[in-house]
Order: sequence, then C-alpha cells, then structure tokens
Amino acid sequence: MAEPPEEPPPQAVPREGQEEPGLREHLWPGRSPDQPEPYTSHQPQQSEPGPVSYEYQGVRQGADQPQGLRKSIYQPRAPDQDPYQAQDQRETVGQTHAPGQAPYQSQTPVQHLYHPWGAEQASYKLQVPEINISQSYMLGQDSHQEARQSMYQSYALGLDPHQAEEPKSAYQTYAVGRDHYQAYGRGHGPYQPHEPGYGLYQPGYSLYDDQIPDPNSRMLAIQNAKAYLLQSSTISGLNLYDHLANMLTKILDEQPTNVVDIIENISKDVKWAQFRKKMDTLRDEHEILPKFEAAEKRKALFLKANGEGDEELEEEIGEMPLPNVMETAFYFEQAGIGLSKDESYHIFLALKKLISIQPIQTCRFWGKILGLEMNYIIAEVQYHEGEEEEETEEDEVIEEGGKGVGEDEDEDEEKEDEPPKSTYKPPPVVPKEENGTGANKFVYFVCNEPGKPWVKLPSVTPAQIVCARKIKKFFTGRLDAPVVSFPPFPGNEANYLRAQIARISAGTQISPIGFYQFAEEEGEEEEEGGGGRETYEENPDFQPLSVAELVDSLSTWVHHRQSILKQGRCVWLNPFQKSEEEEEEENEEDEKAEEPDEQQQEIGPPLLTPVSEDEGIQNIPAWTAQPSTNLIPQYAVAILRSNRWPGAYAFASGKKFDNIYFGWGHKYSPENHAPALPPPVQAEYPRGPEITETRDPTLEEELAFKAAKEEALAAAEEEEDEEDVEDDEEEDDD
Amino acid sequence: MEAASLPAALELVAGGGAGLSPEKRAVLGASLLLLQRDYRFERVWFWGCIQGVRGAYYIAEGLGPDRAAPRSRLYSLNCVEWSLLPPATEDIVAQAEQLKGRFQGDPSFEYEYTEINTEDAERLFEDGKELMIKEETRLVAMIEQIDRAVGIIPRGAFVKTPLGSVHENRNFEGLSLTEAKKLSSYFHFTEPVNLKNKTLLEKALLDPSTDFLDSLEHDIPQGSWTVQLEKGGTVVVLRSLLWLGLTFYHVPMTKQYGYVYFGTGEKNLDLPFML
Repeated sequence: MAEPPEEPPPQAVPREGQEEPGLREHLWPGRSPDQPEPYTSHQPQQSEPGPVSYEYQGVRQGADQPQGLRKSIYQPRAPDQDPYQAQDQRETVGQTHAPGQAPYQSQTPVQHLYHPWGAEQASYKLQVPEINISQSYMLGQDSHQEARQSMYQSYALGLDPHQAEEPKSAYQTYAVGRDHYQAYGRGHGPYQPHEPGYGLYQPGYSLYDDQIPDPNSRMLAIQNAKAYLLQSSTISGLNLYDHLANMLTKILDEQPTNVVDIIENISKDVKWAQFRKKMDTLRDEHEILPKFEAAEKRKALFLKANGEGDEELEEEIGEMPLPNVMETAFYFEQAGIGLSKDESYHIFLALKKLISIQPIQTCRFWGKILGLEMNYIIAEVQYHEGEEEEETEEDEVIEEGGKGVGEDEDEDEEKEDEPPKSTYKPPPVVPKEENGTGANKFVYFVCNEPGKPWVKLPSVTPAQIVCARKIKKFFTGRLDAPVVSFPPFPGNEANYLRAQIARISAGTQISPIGFYQFAEEEGEEEEEGGGGRETYEENPDFQPLSVAELVDSLSTWVHHRQSILKQGRCVWLNPFQKSEEEEEEENEEDEKAEEPDEQQQEIGPPLLTPVSEDEGIQNIPAWTAQPSTNLIPQYAVAILRSNRWPGAYAFASGKKFDNIYFGWGHKYSPENHAPALPPPVQAEYPRGPEITETRDPTLEEELAFKAAKEEALAAAEEEEDEEDVEDDEEEDDD
Repeated sequence: MEAASLPAALELVAGGGAGLSPEKRAVLGASLLLLQRDYRFERVWFWGCIQGVRGAYYIAEGLGPDRAAPRSRLYSLNCVEWSLLPPATEDIVAQAEQLKGRFQGDPSFEYEYTEINTEDAERLFEDGKELMIKEETRLVAMIEQIDRAVGIIPRGAFVKTPLGSVHENRNFEGLSLTEAKKLSSYFHFTEPVNLKNKTLLEKALLDPSTDFLDSLEHDIPQGSWTVQLEKGGTVVVLRSLLWLGLTFYHVPMTKQYGYVYFGTGEKNLDLPFML
C-alpha cells in the first residue's frame, strides 16, 4: 500500500488533512505554521510518522494523533508492532520501510532487520551513494542534513515498495519528488528545509539524489543508521536515539536562546535527570543539612520563654538592662559600620536570653571578633552588686600547688646527694585585679552565633595582658583552643580573647566630654595609688555638643575606661611588698639572690582624659573623626574610627553615644610584628680565674719555663754552696 | 560584586562589620549605572572601599566583553563622581610595594621614598623621575595587587571559549554545599601561574573550559583563607587573611557570588606569625 510518508493526500482521511496544522499546534504552541522555524525540518519528519504509523492500522484517529505522534516520536510504540506482525511478508516489507518513514519507532527496525526478507534482501544491497549516506551518519555530520536526506530518501524509497502493497489505507502513491508540503503554506524555494533538494546542494550529492536511484539500499542504510543509534551503551544502558529524543524534547519545551552554545550542557542535564528519578529516596536522606539545625536554634530565639509573665516584663522595663541593639545598629549603619539587620536582631534576642538567665544589671553589645573557624559575639555585662558568682581560680591554685609539691620533693632529695639547688627565683606574680575594678570591671560573655549558649570568659590577669601585648595570633573560634606562641601565653584562647578585649576596651572606649563626670564623693586623689579616681557616673546635666564640634576636635571626647599600665593592671601594685619575708630568708643563705630593682610606680593617664592626648602612630592620629554624611548635616552622626585598634568605632548623636568593635582583635602596627627573641642562655655558675680554662702552653713557652726553672735552681744551689762554703770557712776559722 | 546585586550582596558580607551607609548604597545604585552607560562597560563591579586616614576611596571596576581582559578601574571619594585610574604596570606595582603605612585619603598626597637603595636612587635620577610617588599611583598598584592575589570566583562560574575569551557560564547553577566548603572550588580570577606546573595526571582531569585558572588550594601560606558558613549556614563566606578586609560570599546552589574589599589597603605581612 502506498505509504504517504511525504504528505497525506488532500482527499485522504480527514485526520491527515487536519493533522499537519493541528499537529504543529500541539507540538509547537504559539507558532504559526507560516513561520519558517529552525525545527521545521523536523516537522515533516514528525508528521510523517503519524500518518505512516496509522496507515497500517487504519484505526487511529486524528484525535489521538498528536499524542500518538509524540509517543511515536519519543518512545517505541509497542502497539504499533502488533498489527504489523500479523501481516504477510509484504507488509513486513512495508514495515521495514516504516522505520524509514517513522524513524522514531525504535522497535520496528530491529525487528525487521532480523526479519528474513528473502529475495528482497538482495535488492537492499548498499550501493555507493548509500554507503556515503550511512557513513555520513557515522561521521556525525550535521544531523539535520543527514536526517533530511535520509527522510527524503525514505520518502523516495518508501514510495515504491509500498505502492505494491495492498491498499490498506486510502493513501495514494505520489510521484517522486513531489513537493509534499505545499499544503502547509511554508516558504518556497530550494533553501527551505522541507523543499526537495534541500541540503542536496552540498558537495558530494547531485541535484537528483532525491530521485530514487536505489531506494532499497538507501532504506537499508537508514535502518542501519537507526539501528546503530538504538544500540544500548554497554556502560550506561542508554542509547543515543532515546537520548537525542529526550534532549530535543527538553529543548523544545524550554526553548532557551542560543541553544547551540549550551547543547552539551543540556545533554548532560538530560542524562543526569535520568538517574535522579531512580535515586529519589536516597536523595531525601541527604537533605538534612547543618543549616536546618542552625535555623532551629535561631527560631528558638524568637519563641517567648515559658513563664514569662507581666511581672518580669515590669522588672525589665524598670531596670532596662537590655540595650537597644537595633538603635545602636541604626546609628552605626549611618557610617557604613555594622552587621546586617538580621544578625543584629538575632543578637538582640540572644542578649535578651542572656539577661533572663544571669543576674545582670547592665548589659551592652560589645562587638564581634572574627576568627578562623568561627566568630565571637561578645556582650559586656555587669552583675548586680552582691550577686556576683565567685570564680574558681583554678589555674592559679593549680600552679601554686604544683610548685609546692615540687619543693617537697626537693626537700626529700636533700637527704641524698642532690645537684646544686637552683637559686633562680621567678619574678613575683602580679596579682590580678579584683572583680569589678580595673581591667576586670566588666564581665564578658561570648557566643559563636546568636542562638548558641553564652559562655562566660574568665577574669584577666596582668600576666596575660603583658603576654598578649607581645604576641599576635588569630582567634580560631574555639574557646578551648591552645595559644601556641612565644613567649608562651599563660592560658588558652578564652584567656587570650579576654586579654584582647580588656586591651581594646581600655584603649578605645570613649564618650563625649561631659557625659560622664566624677562622682563628687571622692574629692581628693589618693597619694599612694596615683591612679586617680576610678569611678564615674553619668552626668545628669549633660549638654550634648553639636556634631560639628564633636568631629572637628578630638578634645571633645574622653576615655571613660582606665588604661592598662605596663604592668598589666589599671592600678599599680608593687609586687615586691609582700616578699619582704622572703628577702629575710635569703639573707640567711650564703648565696644572696640579687635584689630586684625597686620598681618605679607606673602612672597612666587618669580617667576621663581627652582623646586628643592619645598618641598617634608615626604621622597618623589615633582617631579619625568624620560626620556620617555631608549632604544632610543637620541629621548627621559623629563617627570616630580608631587607627590604633582598627575595627573600634564610636558614634555620638545628641545625647546618645556608643562604642563597638568589629574586627580581628589586633592592634595596628605599621612595622612588621617581630616576635620576642628567646632570652640569652643563663649563666650556670659564677666564673672566676680558678675555674677558667687557660690555654695550654706552647713548646717554646714550656722550654723557656724549664730553662728559667733550672736557672733558678742553679742559682739556688750556688747560693747554698756559697753559704756552705761560708759556713765551712767560718768553721775553719774557728 | 555585581552592581546589580549590590544591596543583597552587602547584606551577605556584613558579617565582618564593614559595609556601606544607606546614603552610599543609594547613590551607588545610580552612579554605577551611569558609569556603565558612559564607559560602555558590559559589567560593572563594585570592588570595595579603601579606608584612608582622612577619607575613603570607593573603587569600581568595569568589564568588557572578555571578562578576563584587564579591567578598567575607577575611584571616587564620594561615590558620585568617578575618575578613571591608569592601568597598572609592573613598575608601578614594584614601586608601591615599598611604601608602608595607611592611605591618607587624599589622592594627590605624595609619599617620599624613605628606604631606597643607592642603586635605585641612581637609576631614578638618571631616568629623571622624582623620588615621590603619588597616592593615586599607590592606589592603582594596591588594587592590582589585591585583585591578583585574592580576587576569586567559584569554579564553573566562567567559561573560556575556544577563541580564548572568557564569559559567564550560563549553566552555572552554583556550587553544592560540600563543594563550597572546599578551597579547590574557588579560583583566582587572574592569569594563572600554577596551572602549567600541574602533573599530567592532574591536567587530564581538568575541563579546559572551566578549569583554566589557579585554585586556592595551593595558596601560600596554607591557611590564609577562612571558610565559614554564616547566616545559619546559608552563605559561604571566604575571608582572606593576607589582605584583611577582602570578603567573598556565595550562596550554595544559587548563582549569587561576589567579592568585595573593605579595609585599609595594607598587606598583612604578619600572617605567618598569626596562624
């Protein structure tokens, strides 16, 4: 029967007549049939399987057809095969052409290739042009062209063999080379993909190649090509035919621009999508990401704690320990400083949680210190008076205990022969300041992220501050991490962090002048301490300065935290006062320990000194003052940035001011950090001439010495002889 | 960071405490667009802000059709008026490396050479050059150094075409979370230095269209990058420890990424002691 692979006849089954435009509507919605499309070349091919596939059955109706067509294009259609199998050989022969005409039916060619054709096989011998064609498939040339050529050949080929078939359908035979698609109203001319002769102007093909020189061999070539495309990969189990079909479906669905540039990526995506479906359940398990846990913690911040009644709210409102973090963040944001609003709000809630847990009188968001693995968010608090928890001074106690144990052991060994006792006396430890004074005035809590529990930092000792000045290390983010440095830092990262916080606070906590004033109770300065007054209070009569004044001169700002002396404390303490008893003991011993030099009392700048007296570094002032905006001066905020501690900022606007720190926690130094050198080797014993080695005498010196000795000996003998002689003479005389 | 995504990007890098004021944000939105129009850039990146002692420099970069070509750099003191910086040459970079200390904030400020060999001095005198170097030149050199050392992009974000030009990869869907935590998924966006030193075995695994740059894995010293998950694990933030202030962000499985510099423009030479 005639397979109308080319086109359905005008008087054909109505569905065919409708099918082309209808088909196109289904497949390519929104495109008018008149527009020449890049895919138009597919259209005829796709349309043709439709009629082709239904040809044999005569049952399929037009209504099915678009879907059926799609199925026929992209998937093998099992039902198609059944009716054909029952047919006689001729039909099977015709079916062998079906693949040529319906190239997307994947099963048919395989079936039919193995079908014994008998005598007809001979006629399907590949001839040269066909070989060229099939080889061109292998060479992977432009698939469009090849497909088109194959289609045309299939059209051509399909014509003749099916003309002899029984008229199962009403399809008519068509003259070779008839333009089948004129009915569709597309462009005309030899350069249209659907026109005969399209693509045949390529070198190697004559204009008449769409005639049917040897349709059988061409059909065979096409079947071979299709069979090759349908080969399943031994590795992945896919075949190129299906893959290309899937890819083209995806492209046609999504219609990206410049698709030829990303075709390889689309191919990869299609392959990847294949696997995705099968491994659905496994993938779900992997979805438990750490970010979900973090989100849980942050969500917990937003839940109102149980039992929070009105009473507590009143208390809080009365005392106001919770700082208005968002307000501070707003002012700093005017200068471009600060965290994102989300993070600020989380910190706000985290502080609220801290206050509800600990008995806190005042609380302030001190800042954020960045670390290698995690960051620190730091809150500065003051406890209620009397509610302070006593810290366990575990570290110091352990150290002293260790020394005591060591001494006992030494005493035991004294009874035996022991090496000379060391006369080294370590310098006395400067005691740390009491909680609530000096460097330990405030207590600091840290957490890595808002939502995580707050950890209290231990108090800082002067030794830690002194050592922290000499080292420069990044924080890792874990409080228990060791600090490996030279000179060895007495403590772990929590102590180092606390020391840096103390240094930064002492150096950069400033306020506009007049905000704080000295309490009037302590009128006179203490003579001994010389540290000046240590307490201050808010000035109820504070007159805010204008932004211009605050920015122009640095003398309008004062430090309201005591600076830390070289000793490591804010208030100087002579560590040797306590050691008088030890000195008496030493005097009893033979070897006197060297008396330490009397320490000069260290004096630091008094409290509330203006910032203008801060030392700059080289030619850079210690602070940079700027208004937040030059465009709207009446609402500008005065911003100070520290140059000595980069990351420390202060703002003042009207009666409000605050300090904050965002940085890595290190001081600025234009010179490179030079680590302390190890101290020189200690003297083991006192040197003197008796144990000092001298050089061995040389040979000449020895001989000279010997000669001198002999001379002396000889001289001595002569004298004796003379004496003897004289004695003898004297005796003789008598 | 891309000028178009500036507001969102600033939120993501704000973890370091440095950002822009609302005024600057507002004006940048407009002035960067005008830059694009005037200079016919295809892309405009807001590079960052260098804090001087008396003022700050805001830097923008413009990219042409080949994203890997040398970028045009512009600076501004107020984010409104931009001046084009001269391209950086090796001479300038070498000269500026000797300068230490903060930027002053005044582009016409002149630095004097304090430490200089007699040979260099003779050479300079012969050339007729002065011993002064302007801050603008130092700015050029600094930006070039920072870009060369720590300007990074995620792997796969850019592809190299066979003709040699580099474009954004339209198929880049973002790194996965596991990939985003590894330093090998990020590349320096400059001429590669180590690529040719790789063994043949490593080279065989590379994809020449996306792996044409150096990765961060072999940066010296090791540990000079911190990788953190911020904002509850939704953003991967890389911070450079060699140039303190450079922050790179990327939201995994999305196309959002970018880097910005907020700092003083000084190299952290103490890094080996601090790690």
